[in-house]
Amino acid sequence: MAASSERSPPPFPDSEEPELLEDSDEGADAFTGTSISEMDSPSPDSTRPPKDIFNEPPEDIFSDPLSNINSEPQKKVDAKIPSPSSDEAIDLFSDPLDDDSEVMSSPEVQNPMPDLLNEPVEAPKSDVLGEPPVHRNAARQQDVFEDPPKSSSKSSSVKKAASAEMFGDDDDEEDLFKEPPNVVTKKPQPSGPPVDVFTEVKSDVKVKPQVKDDPTDLFAEEALTAPAPKPSAGSSSSRTNGVHSEEQDLFSEATVELSLDSPRNDRKNKDAVKPSVSAPAAPVASSSSKAPSKTLEELEEEESEDKFDLNISITNPEKVGDGMNAYMAYKVSTQTSLTMFRSKTFTVRRRFSDFLGLFEKLSEKHSQNGYLIPPPPEKSILGMTKVKVGKDDPSSAEFVERRRAALERYLQRVVSHPSLLQDPDVREFLEKEELPRAVSTQALSGAGFLKMLNKATDAVSKMTIKMNEQDVVSGRTCSQGCFDQRMKAWQRWQDAENMLQKKREAEAKLLWANKPDKLQQAKDEISEWEAKVTQYEREFERISATVRNEVIRFDKEKARDFNRQVIKYLESLLHSQQQLIKYWDAFLPEAKAIV
Amino acid sequence: SFFPPKLFKRQTLCDMIPLVHSVSVDLNNDASLVIDIPDALCERDKVKFTVHTKTTLSSFQKPEYSVQRQHEDFIWLHDTIVETEEYAGLIIPPAPPKPDFEGPREKMHKLGEGESSMTKEEYAKMKQELEAEYLAVFKKTVQVHEVFLQRLSSHPMFRKDRNFQIFLEYDQDLTVRRKNAKEMFGGFFKNMVKSADEVLISGVKEVDEFFEQEKNFLLDYSSKIKDATAKAEKMTRSHKNVADDYNHISGALNNIAADNNTAFKKHLEKCAEVFEKLRKVEDRMASDQELKLTELLRYYTRDIQAAKDLLYRRARALADYENSNKALDKARLKGKDVAQAEENQKQCLQKFDKLSESGKKELTSFKARRVVAFRKNLIEMTELEIKHAKNSVSLLQGSIEVLKSN
Repeated sequence: MAASSERSPPPFPDSEEPELLEDSDEGADAFTGTSISEMDSPSPDSTRPPKDIFNEPPEDIFSDPLSNINSEPQKKVDAKIPSPSSDEAIDLFSDPLDDDSEVMSSPEVQNPMPDLLNEPVEAPKSDVLGEPPVHRNAARQQDVFEDPPKSSSKSSSVKKAASAEMFGDDDDEEDLFKEPPNVVTKKPQPSGPPVDVFTEVKSDVKVKPQVKDDPTDLFAEEALTAPAPKPSAGSSSSRTNGVHSEEQDLFSEATVELSLDSPRNDRKNKDAVKPSVSAPAAPVASSSSKAPSKTLEELEEEESEDKFDLNISITNPEKVGDGMNAYMAYKVSTQTSLTMFRSKTFTVRRRFSDFLGLFEKLSEKHSQNGYLIPPPPEKSILGMTKVKVGKDDPSSAEFVERRRAALERYLQRVVSHPSLLQDPDVREFLEKEELPRAVSTQALSGAGFLKMLNKATDAVSKMTIKMNEQDVVSGRTCSQGCFDQRMKAWQRWQDAENMLQKKREAEAKLLWANKPDKLQQAKDEISEWEAKVTQYEREFERISATVRNEVIRFDKEKARDFNRQVIKYLESLLHSQQQLIKYWDAFLPEAKAIV
Repeated sequence: SFFPPKLFKRQTLCDMIPLVHSVSVDLNNDASLVIDIPDALCERDKVKFTVHTKTTLSSFQKPEYSVQRQHEDFIWLHDTIVETEEYAGLIIPPAPPKPDFEGPREKMHKLGEGESSMTKEEYAKMKQELEAEYLAVFKKTVQVHEVFLQRLSSHPMFRKDRNFQIFLEYDQDLTVRRKNAKEMFGGFFKNMVKSADEVLISGVKEVDEFFEQEKNFLLDYSSKIKDATAKAEKMTRSHKNVADDYNHISGALNNIAADNNTAFKKHLEKCAEVFEKLRKVEDRMASDQELKLTELLRYYTRDIQAAKDLLYRRARALADYENSNKALDKARLKGKDVAQAEENQKQCLQKFDKLSESGKKELTSFKARRVVAFRKNLIEMTELEIKHAKNSVSLLQGSIEVLKSN
């Protein structure tokens, strides 16, 4: 897992929760005050709040019933990062906290919202809208607007708390400026106001109430500058004012319509929406806390319901060629009902380097998004040499069998990963008759990550019955790559923020120095950097969400795999014991007949 | 020290008695002379056996007594019997092999060294294993020494042996006697033992059909039983390795579970439990197999060798006889020392006849004994195998159920 130092990107949900809650409290308080930023974080640049934010948003996204993500978070995520324009409208209402932009921005969701939002939104200064989504530092207001629906429902824990954190950070001035931008912030979530509603539902953050107010205020207010909305918004735990409720109702319906793939989600959304709309903070809080747990179940159910029908089996290892140029070709047979494939069943022949090539391609494409690419089986020079040389002993047969089983498992893992399955390379691998030879397949190390399990594997391999746990273990190393990606994204974001800060300072200086000509340039630079910051922040959140998803998925799969393997192993043991009984029973009379 | 000199109580040794009978059946049937080894003491490298005798024979001083004997004392007894000309026509019970505590000792050493680097559980577990292994070696060696004595006591000739009686009765240390004996008998024994096979194979023409058959059979059987023993040892070792592996897996799973805090943890612990149970079953199976089969084979490898030694001695006697014939002929030709040669020839013939006669008896009863022992052991082992396999089956079925339901 990512390191949880304060300076590092927010750790994953598990550890973050308590913090988040705390933060949210702060945020709420901040909101009641005039200037959130004042109260909040001492330094805009403090990493802590961001950290929290990161934690929260992802969760929010996940927990949000509204989130479109439900079934295919990753895919949606990719599609999500919307264009700035749509962002604007959305941003107003989007909660900075809901940084899990990936989840948020679903094109579908956007539609109803923008219409509603755009009109009033246009009126306000372009500044407000134009400004890039405020990052956390920017305005607490963002928090207010936080996007409740973090679409990535996949993740079970909705740590909405993140939004609260956002509250902590802002600068005073920023607040003013940021209000609109806040809204904009990362979430391209079209679901602005609805977001709020759902935010409440989703997150544990008390901030919610304020959030609600803000959108209303935005609508009502032309002057984004006024931090007023916030205070009023934050005034009570009552989430809805009259104004709000109307809008919320509108939006909630809209959002419900947007709905998710599965009816379950709809139901959930509706459920989530209703309480939030009518109830004060308390009920909302409770429902929001319920939502996360529901989301998890929902997620699990979804997974099982939406399980596609795709069976892969690898059979018939055959030696092709002679001498050192020989290789084993495996028959890869696929049976599927998915429409994206050309036919229902098909078979191709693949060799080991083809599998490695597939892995490479997938890694290149997806690992920077934070996906956990399943690792292929290890190369084994000794094993293959034996096979090539034509040694016909049981050990080389065993090697081939082990490799066959490992390759089968590898492919099954690849296709059970919803986003990877969509990758054309994967499809090509399964379908295409002839694959270009993958030449750069380096030997992969995939050494056992858990020493313990490796010890066990060594012990087991001594036994005649094979038990292959190495795949599970080596998958762990892959996760490191995901986390690295996330760190990089976070770093980028931080750097951009720093740059923005500098630019602002420069602008301020210029103002003081009264150099209007340079002022414009400074302003431009600021906008540019603000945009970058938003983008990076968004990216970061996206990756965070993905990585979180991946890790959760991976863990679940690992547990499932492990269980399955152990059961399989025990069953084979059982079988051999039963055979033993048979043989010994047959022998007994013979022994008795000895004379 | 790790193993304080332990005196294994009678109770623990009771389960060894079946072991005794596994190798040689019905050795203690004759109540006139009953011998057993109820206790044994392990001091450093030396094992001190308590030999307990109950007898109704008047030749013994007391009806019941116990003495302490070391392994070397047994060897001494064996050697003196072998060297006794009178017993040439008998199959002399094979000497018990030296107690081999190398395995447990090595493990103990490893345990001592690694103590600091192991967790408490690991240490306790390893200690437990070590004790079990130690006990197993102990049982085996006591059994084999006991059987040796019982073979002697149940044989009409050997039980009357003077040295045997001394061995049983003499309440002092036999070390002094042993030394003397060694000096006296020196190299005879070695000469006898060397390459009995060669003589038999290359040697004299056999006159008696029975012995011809026996010779062929024993030679063939000897090589086959050596092979079977090696394979049985390999099998037992494999089973022990499987049990060890299960142990490691169980430990490793527990380690992972310790680091894990999710629901998966329980699951891992369950798996670890399963393997621990499997280990126990496998361990039991391995040790039962060893006792019933491997030990049996080992013993008979030695016994076969003893039978072959008999044949060898008889063959020697035959050779001597033939030589004496030749000498007699030569003497007659020369006209000198004829009487002596005749006497020699007569003696040789006598000896040969005696050997042949008793040899025949011995070999026949040996065969019967062997068949009965094998039958009994194989039946017992099969029954144990079935029992253990059934245990495994129910254990596995239960475990699979539990794991599936999680």
